[in-house]
Amino acid sequence: MWRFIGYRLLQAIPVILAVITVTFFLVRIAPGGPFDSEKAVMPEVKAALEAQYRLDQPLFSQYTAYLGDLARGEFGPSFKYPGRSVNELIGAGLPVTAELGFYALLVAVVIGGLAGVIASLKPNTAQDYIPMTAAMIGICMPSFLLGPLLVLVFGIHLDWLPVSGWGDIPGDKLLPSITLGSAYAAYIARLSRAGMLEVMSQDYIRTARAKGLPEWQVVTRHALRGGLIPVVAFLGPAFAGLLAGSFVVETIFQIPGLGRFYVQAAFNRDYTMILGTTVFLSTLIVLFNLLSDILAAWMNPRLRAQFGEQ
Amino acid sequence: MATDNSATRWVGPLLAALLALCVGSCGFNESNVAAGNRDGVFHFGNGTEPQSIDPHVMSGSPEVNIARALFEGLVTRHPHTMEMVPGVAERWDISEDGKVYTFYLNPRARWSNRDPVTAEDFRWSLHRSLHPQLGNQLAYTLFGIVGAQDFATGRNTDPESVGIDVLDDLTLRIRLNNPDPYFLSTMGTYPTYPVHRATVEAHGQWTDRFAQWTRVGNFVGNGPFVLSEWKLNRRLVVTRSETYWDREKVTLNAVVFHPIESATAEEKMFRAGQLHFTQLVPLSKIPGYQAMDNSPYQQHRWQGTYFLQLNVRRDPLDDKRVRQALALATDRQKIVNTVLLKTEVPNSALVPVNTPGYQSPPAPDYDPQRARQLLAAAGYPGGEGWPGMEFVFNTSENHRKIAVVLQQMWQEALGISITLANQEWKVYLDTINEGDYTLSRMGWIASNLDPATYLNIFTSESGINRTGFSNARYDEIMLELAPAEADPEKRNALMREAEAILLEEVPLLPLYTYNSKHLVQPSVKGAPPNVLDVQNYKYISLDPAIPVWKGEG
Repeated sequence: MWRFIGYRLLQAIPVILAVITVTFFLVRIAPGGPFDSEKAVMPEVKAALEAQYRLDQPLFSQYTAYLGDLARGEFGPSFKYPGRSVNELIGAGLPVTAELGFYALLVAVVIGGLAGVIASLKPNTAQDYIPMTAAMIGICMPSFLLGPLLVLVFGIHLDWLPVSGWGDIPGDKLLPSITLGSAYAAYIARLSRAGMLEVMSQDYIRTARAKGLPEWQVVTRHALRGGLIPVVAFLGPAFAGLLAGSFVVETIFQIPGLGRFYVQAAFNRDYTMILGTTVFLSTLIVLFNLLSDILAAWMNPRLRAQFGEQ
Repeated sequence: MATDNSATRWVGPLLAALLALCVGSCGFNESNVAAGNRDGVFHFGNGTEPQSIDPHVMSGSPEVNIARALFEGLVTRHPHTMEMVPGVAERWDISEDGKVYTFYLNPRARWSNRDPVTAEDFRWSLHRSLHPQLGNQLAYTLFGIVGAQDFATGRNTDPESVGIDVLDDLTLRIRLNNPDPYFLSTMGTYPTYPVHRATVEAHGQWTDRFAQWTRVGNFVGNGPFVLSEWKLNRRLVVTRSETYWDREKVTLNAVVFHPIESATAEEKMFRAGQLHFTQLVPLSKIPGYQAMDNSPYQQHRWQGTYFLQLNVRRDPLDDKRVRQALALATDRQKIVNTVLLKTEVPNSALVPVNTPGYQSPPAPDYDPQRARQLLAAAGYPGGEGWPGMEFVFNTSENHRKIAVVLQQMWQEALGISITLANQEWKVYLDTINEGDYTLSRMGWIASNLDPATYLNIFTSESGINRTGFSNARYDEIMLELAPAEADPEKRNALMREAEAILLEEVPLLPLYTYNSKHLVQPSVKGAPPNVLDVQNYKYISLDPAIPVWKGEG
């Protein structure tokens, strides 16, 4: 097991290095620079600004200097926000995005899991079709449509919930969490239904039933654990996806998270911020994939045995 | 069998957490506006997260909105009359020749740490604002001061060479190269705001853009409000200053600046009673608001022009007759009525319509007949032989609509076709700054009422004349004659002559003068719409007796 983890961590290094290199040069190739403006920028001012950000040096020495900064855990100063480092901006946005991602995952797991399990118990009946149709709609409905719809209904017409913000007014976390979580809830519903269907046809379930256990105990005590393995395998990438992909929801609901900084950075050509966020998020994605692999191995005795032998 | 229950054990806490999320949520909430009306807290939609609140580093309007609360210049603008009224200076003298300004500072003016505001503070701050290493993008607005340009471009490294003299603690003298009738309004703009020297130097070099003196806890200012909270992308809060010289006049206890980029999100927040004042209004929502009784919608003529840039170095626009034909075949009224839902004012000149004290020269009316003749004379009768042309604009639904209407209009009137291309903002800036276009768009919004702000764009020396237009007489007027002219009447007459050259040569095709558009809660008093679209928070008050406007349905 440890060898497996160590091996996967070693594999991650060239991946992240490649991400850094490609991103570094890609953002420089993109037309337009951080100091371009519709106003006239005096050459003296531009030179002063460029010197402050090492842009006056050759590209390759900028690259090696950046790698040196990274090795010290420094993402460098932001171009857009003078006086703020990228570390500070990520530090400000990450807790919010992580909290949003956590709630969204909660929504996804609870709603999706329940729907999937319920559907799997009576396949090809109304109990199956209704939640699965809802799941299909959930997958198809983009968050930039669902978010404003929820706002219109619950925020404006019914006036039950705040239309925006994060942690300012009680209840403002609910609509964004549902909006972000719903697409994942739909995936999880389908995954858990498929997983449960497979497990429910296994011999050990028949044995459990033969022992005279009530059906709900058969489901909760015997089937669930096996049936949810595909869901667990999905959780790691899903959480990473939630972190990296929450910018639409953050924009709709005015949430001060990492996603908004990330997208703004690209529009502003905030080189260090684009790089810093990309490197940071790709590291997270690699780590979460690893975590979900470990978790899946822990839940699946067959895989566990396989690692034990190695 | 202990692990058997592990999956089920998760379900309980998960459900509990979800329930907690729900219960914490579904309560009745008092809106920002209701609470703000009661407590004197003004909720202001402010566009984007401010880049910086250092007045010598900032350059955008969200930043300026905040700076106006935190700092005060020598003079400030009255929101009703638009006149310059005392700020830190309680009075001022202007010499006969209009080249020497002497400001007498108010002895009661204080920094937020209770230090007196002195003439030396202003002198040091102006030097800082001009210093080349700081990289102030607006340093050029101070080039009217003797020696300022040489110092800011590094040709003279001695700040003493700049024409700013301290006569005593409370008297500041500023010498100008030329008589400038708008210099007083320049002294009310943020590049001239004073910063507190000891505070700046306690946190780094005076030319350090990255210094931390602007953080909550470090910050010292001299405005009617002080910085009390700054949460990134969430809010910036300023509270009433206890040391401001005119604090008796300030009735607001606090202003909360909300960074909201999306006009749609901002409008929803307004309808939910979360904002007193929005920065924008989505175009599609305006007719609905205009039709309401007691509408919170405010629209006012703004000092801004939307125009097309014509690259005079490129075929087919290198022929003046083609440019004139395009201008004559442009029905501005139709564009404003159909695409812009009558929310802007058609304008066929560069300087915004109704600029106080200035009248643009007459421009020819819409005349497709004459346009066809000119086009034929240029060698494209009825559009025959037309080589085609690309119109490039930055990505935006409104720009696209305008482009499509122009495409149809010119096709019908002149028989010529143009293709449309949109580009993301920074790509677009790169394209037009490199002159790599034939036809493009630009909007220009001025922070003062001087027609020269517009006309200076098209001199040969201008860094933002992206059209390749160059005219000796025009340069002579704008660079030599008008700046040296002390008589405002004669100065305006010279500028009219210059603008007439532009309208004849057509390096630009003006379309309309902007209106500013806001949603404003009825409880907000003392925030009149005005031509520069600036608010002076000192004059704003909130009436708690007026209920929150929350829209209809």
